[in-house]
Amino acid sequence: MQPARVTIAPVERAVHDRGGWPTEAPIDRSEHELADWELLTDALAGALTRRGLLNVDQLRRGIESMAPDEYERASYYERWLFSIETALTEQGVLAAGELDARLAP
Amino acid sequence: MTYRPGQRVRVAARAHEGHHRTPGYLKGRTGTVERVHAAFRNPETRAYGAEGLPEQRLYLVGFAQRDLWPDYRGHADDRIYADVFEHWLEEAE
Amino acid sequence: MSEHDHDHAPITNGDEPAAAARVRALEALLVERGVIAREDVRQGIDWLVSRSPADGARLVARAWVDPAFRQRLLADARAAALELGLDPGPSPVVVAVENTEAVHHMVVCTLCSCYPRALLGPPPDWYKSLAYRSRAVSDPRGVLGEFGVVLDDDVELRVLDSTADIRYLVVPRRPPGSEALSEDELATLVTRDAMIGVAQPAAPAAVES
Repeated sequence: MQPARVTIAPVERAVHDRGGWPTEAPIDRSEHELADWELLTDALAGALTRRGLLNVDQLRRGIESMAPDEYERASYYERWLFSIETALTEQGVLAAGELDARLAP
Repeated sequence: MTYRPGQRVRVAARAHEGHHRTPGYLKGRTGTVERVHAAFRNPETRAYGAEGLPEQRLYLVGFAQRDLWPDYRGHADDRIYADVFEHWLEEAE
Repeated sequence: MSEHDHDHAPITNGDEPAAAARVRALEALLVERGVIAREDVRQGIDWLVSRSPADGARLVARAWVDPAFRQRLLADARAAALELGLDPGPSPVVVAVENTEAVHHMVVCTLCSCYPRALLGPPPDWYKSLAYRSRAVSDPRGVLGEFGVVLDDDVELRVLDSTADIRYLVVPRRPPGSEALSEDELATLVTRDAMIGVAQPAAPAAVES
């Protein structure tokens, strides 16, 4: 069966706004169990939310602010991590570049 | 205004800078209110650290797939439903 | 791959993306600063790994055997979950939609990945994929076909796009030939994919009595 070839309404779309986005790609149904670091990222967002430093709308907004090619390339929890860092940096909890410095060998 | 189940409504076609939860494929489209949900905090402002008040009523709005996609491959009666905030809806014929 | 002493924190290995080391460093920094507590993070992980489709399946199986419960589930799935002692999750509203001989439902979140995790466990990768988020709304019958589901000619397909605070759960149809099964046995037929709407429940022959 051929997938539908769709046209999009003329209103401009951000990269996360995927409903009806032109694609003929089949659904890749392979699954993976969440890695430790992914569970950690998810739980970190939850912990920050309970402390009032993040909410789900901020998390989504941060994800949506990624450069389009980065958004499409990144994995799901890489997007979450980007957004968490964005939120913490915005609020001054994290200084810009601080995490990079900490990770530097 | 408050919309009622069965009422025809149109989703605003406006572009919105920044976070919002109205999908592009529904903007400018006309559908029918299926359910009236409760009011919830506005994600458009909550996303930037505000409280998201006042709360906005949320509606489950149904659309005919054949109205949305010119090449829709499916049945004439197929429908799609999305939760749309009141401030994105207008009365329609 | 080297062996790990399980008393140590996991060592980043070459198979992990840079994000792995990054999030661990971030957590360490935030804990050091007292912004969050490690225990809070651990509890979050424990909750996540405790989630599976089993709770959702219990709701469906109970609805199949108890018509009054079915009405309560369709009226307010969150309250129905609480009634069975289940955790409905943080969403303020959970709505169960029922498949019938005339209507089949399918759920997507085109904007991100909204999903009733408390009742179904973490969403599968494909649910979060760009392809599903695109085609579930514009080509749902094509997507169903890829999942091996072909609906009868007179069945209306309803796709629900979870765009806001509501979480949706599909109540699939009780399989024919399942009349003799117990509620627990019925629950084993209810798969995660059936509660998303991209599969039908398993056939009763799959149950070992």
